[in-house]
Amino acid sequence: MRLDVNDHAYELHCEVGTTLAEALRDELSLTGTKIACGEGHCGACTVLVDGAPVLSCITLAHAVGDAKVTTIEGLREHPMLRSFVRADALQCGFCTPGQVVSAVALVEARPEPTTEEIRHAMAGNLCRCGAYPKIEEAIRTWRD
Amino acid sequence: MARLIRTEKEVEGRYEEVWLVVEEDALEQWPTGPRDVVGRPAERLDGFERASGQAVYTADLDKPGMLHTAVLRSPHPRARATVDVSPALGMPGVHAALGPGEVEQLSAECNYQGQAVAAVCADTLAQARAAVRAIRCDFAVLEPLLDPDEAVRRGELLGDPRVRERGDYERGLAEADAVVEAEYRTQVVLHNSMETHQAVVEWTREDAVEVHISTQYVWGIRDAVAEGLGLPADNVRVVCHYMGGGFGSKNSPDDYTFIAAELARRTRRPVKCALTRREENTAAGNRNATIQRLTVGARSDGTLTALGGEFVNAVGWGGWSSGTEGPMQMLYACPNVKTTTYGAKLNLPPMKAFRAPGFVEGTFGLEALLDELAAQLDLDPLELRRLNHAEQAPEGGEYSDKNLLECYRRAEPHWERRHEVRARSTGTVKRGVGMASQIWYGGGGPPSYAWVRVGSDGRAAVVTAMQDIGTGTRTAMAQIAAEELRVPLEHVSVSLGDTDRGPYATLSAGSSTTPSVGPAVRAAAADARTQIEEIAEQRGLPKDAPVAAVVDVLEDAQILGKGARGPNPTGMQVLTFGVQVAEVAVDVETGEVWVERIAAVHDVGRVINPLGASSQIEGGIIQGIGHTLSEERLHDPATGRLLTTTLDAYKLPTIADVPEIVSELVDEPDRHLTNLGSKGLGEPPIVPTAAAIANAIRDATGADVRQLPITREEMLRALREAEARQKEKVGAPAGV
Ligand code: FES
Ligand code: FES
Repeated sequence: MRLDVNDHAYELHCEVGTTLAEALRDELSLTGTKIACGEGHCGACTVLVDGAPVLSCITLAHAVGDAKVTTIEGLREHPMLRSFVRADALQCGFCTPGQVVSAVALVEARPEPTTEEIRHAMAGNLCRCGAYPKIEEAIRTWRD
Repeated sequence: MARLIRTEKEVEGRYEEVWLVVEEDALEQWPTGPRDVVGRPAERLDGFERASGQAVYTADLDKPGMLHTAVLRSPHPRARATVDVSPALGMPGVHAALGPGEVEQLSAECNYQGQAVAAVCADTLAQARAAVRAIRCDFAVLEPLLDPDEAVRRGELLGDPRVRERGDYERGLAEADAVVEAEYRTQVVLHNSMETHQAVVEWTREDAVEVHISTQYVWGIRDAVAEGLGLPADNVRVVCHYMGGGFGSKNSPDDYTFIAAELARRTRRPVKCALTRREENTAAGNRNATIQRLTVGARSDGTLTALGGEFVNAVGWGGWSSGTEGPMQMLYACPNVKTTTYGAKLNLPPMKAFRAPGFVEGTFGLEALLDELAAQLDLDPLELRRLNHAEQAPEGGEYSDKNLLECYRRAEPHWERRHEVRARSTGTVKRGVGMASQIWYGGGGPPSYAWVRVGSDGRAAVVTAMQDIGTGTRTAMAQIAAEELRVPLEHVSVSLGDTDRGPYATLSAGSSTTPSVGPAVRAAAADARTQIEEIAEQRGLPKDAPVAAVVDVLEDAQILGKGARGPNPTGMQVLTFGVQVAEVAVDVETGEVWVERIAAVHDVGRVINPLGASSQIEGGIIQGIGHTLSEERLHDPATGRLLTTTLDAYKLPTIADVPEIVSELVDEPDRHLTNLGSKGLGEPPIVPTAAAIANAIRDATGADVRQLPITREEMLRALREAEARQKEKVGAPAGV
C-alpha cells in the first residue's frame, strides 16, 4: 500500500487490520505519535488527515487512501510547538505530540480561538499530568 | 569527610532506620530571593524533544529482533487456574510461553483481578495476543473478600493495626464543649499514567541484563531485578531517559519486567512487555479506598481538646497501609489524639503509592471534620485553624521550618472573596468558598550524588542517575549548576536515567528529587567552581572572570566536580505546608457541582523554577479535582469484577473541567535543610484539594458531603440530610 505522510510517499506492506498508528510507529518509525489507550479514548495518537484531526489508533491504515497524513514529525517547524515549550504546556510529555497536533488543527481553522473553542476542540486530548491551563495558554499565544 | 550515621529515612510517609554514609554539606545557603538563574522561570530543557515527539520513551523503543509480550491475567478476583500454555506455542510468530510458576510473578492462585497467570512472546504484538487467547485456561472461581470492615473483623490485615496516641484522648473528649463525629469514605482512584507500565529487557551476556523501563527509580529497579534474577547488581543496567508519568505507581519492577526478563533469557532476544490501557486500569496499582470514622472535641472558642479516628485502608491484596491518620496526628496542636489504622487485605488489586498516599485521603476527612466543627460552633474556619496552629511538632521535635501562618496570611484575599461569591448565587445554583490546610513530607534525604564536568568550551554537563518523570527536575538541576558555576543556563546539559552512566540518585517519588539531588548537584558544581577559580588565579585572571575565558586553554583537559547530598537536620521534622481556597457552584436541584476557582499557597522552601513549580501545582490540583468529583474505580459488589477499565469508563479530568487556578509559593529557604533549603513540590498541591472543595460545598449549601467522589447522588443525599436537620431544628417545637 501507499501512504502519504508529511509530504513523502511511502510504499509499505501492512497486514489488513493494521491501524494508522501502528503503520506510522512500527513501519515508518515515526514514534512521535503516541499510543496511550489504543481504543480511541485519549487523543494521544492524534494525527492530521487532510488537515483534520484523526485518532490514528482507531483508523485503519488501508482506509486512509490518497489522503495526506501529517504527524507531529511534520509539524516540527510549526510555531505551536515553540509555544507549548514557552508556556510550559507539558510535564511528562507523553500526551503532548497529540495535544500539539490537535492544537494545530484548531488554529489552522481558527487562528484566534476563544477559550470556549479551545476547550471544545481540546477536550478529547487527555493529559494525566494536568498541563491543561498552560495548554490553553500555549494555544492562546501561539503566534507570539 | 564521610561520616557513618544511623538515621531515619522517610519515603512516601514511611520511615525506616538505615545506615548512611553522609558527607558534610559545607556550602552556605544562598540568601532568600531569586538569583541569576535559580528562582527565575526557565523553560524545560527537554521540552522541545518531548513536545515534538523526538524523545524516545520506553513505549517507543524498538530493538532489532525485539519480541512482544501478551499476558494472560485473571478476570476473577479470586480463582484457581488450571493452565496449559502448549497450544500457544504452535501459534504463528510465537517464540516462547510461560505458565504459572515459571516466574514467581505468574501464579495459578489468583487473589485479585489482574493477577498474571501466563505469558507469551511473539514477533508482533498482534501475534502474541492471538497466542494468549489460544492458551487453555480454566478458572475455578472462589468467593472473594471485598468488604474492608469484614476483613478487619476477620483479622485479614496487611501488617498490624497501627495505634498512635498522645495525651489522654478520653479526658480530652470529656473536656470538650462540642463534639462532632462523622464517617468519611474515599474511593479507589487510578494513576492512569499516559505511558503504561512497561519494560524492554535484553540479556547482554550470560549473566548481565539491560532493562529499559518506564520508571521513577532506576536504582530501585536495578537492585530488585538483580535480586530477582540472582545477578550482581552491577550486571543490571537500568535505563529510563524519558517516561510518561508515574505518580507513585512506577517505583518497582513488577510482573511485566520479570516476565520480559525470563522470556528474553529463553529466546535470547530483547523482549518488550507493555501493559495495555485495560491492564493499566486493573493491575498497575491504585490509591486504595478508605473508611474514616472520626471524632473531634473542642471548647466553645474552638480550641481542640481531642481528635480521634478509626481508619480502614482498603489496601487490596498487596501494598501497604498508608498513613491516612497522618494529618490528624500532625496538623494541629491538639494535646489528645488517638488513631487506629487498619490495612484490610482484600481480593482487589494491590495499592501503590499515589501522590501523597494516605494524606490526600486523611486530609479530606480531617479538614471536612474541622469545618463541621466550625459550623457547629459558628466559627470562621480559617480562624479555627489559626487558633489550633502547631508551633512545635505535636508529636515532639522542632520543625526545621514552617510557614503555614504565612500561607494563611497570603490566602486571606482569596478567603475574603466568600461574601461576594455567595452573593452571586442565583436560583437553584448556590455558590460558596471553602478552605483546607496541607501537611506532608517532602524534605528528601541522603544519599544522592552528582558529577559536574566542565570542558574547555566553558560548557558544563551534570551527570546524575536520577530520572525526570515530568516534574521538570532535569531543568531544575541545570539551573542549580548554572547558578553555582556562574555559566548561562543554555551552557548546561544534564545526563540522567542510566545506572551505568552516573552516580546514585534517589527516586522520583515522595517529593524528594529536588531536595535530595539538588544539593548534590550544587555541591558538585561548587567543587568544579573552586577549581575554575584556582585556574583563574594561576592565569592572573580575576576570580569572577567568565568561565569560558578561564578554561579556554584547557583543550582536552576537563574540570570534574563531585558532590553528595548532606544529612537532614538531626532531630527536626522537615515538612511542607500549605492552604487551598476553593470556590464552587452547586445546583441544589440536580446535585451538579462545578469548581470555579482554586487558590493555592504552599510552603516548600526555596523555589528553583517558578514556571515549572506553577505547573506542578496546577497538575496536582487538577488531579485533586478528578479525585473529588469524577474519578472512581468501580467494582461489582457481588462478584468483585472491575467495571471501569477503559479511559471512557474511568473519568479523568479534561481541559473543559479546569477552573481558574491561582498559585503562590512562600519561597523562603528552609534554613536547616541542605545547601539549598528546597523541599519537594510534587505532592503537596493534591493534598488539600478535595477537602477545600467539600468545605466550599458546605459553605454554599449547608450540606456535609462525606464521600468521594462527590457524585450527584452523594450531593443530593447530603442536601436531603441538611434539609432534614434544618426542619428538625426549626420545626421541632412547632410540630408538637
Ligand atoms: S491512543 Fe488513540 S485515542 Fe488513545
Ligand atoms: S504531560 Fe503528562 S500526560 Fe500530558
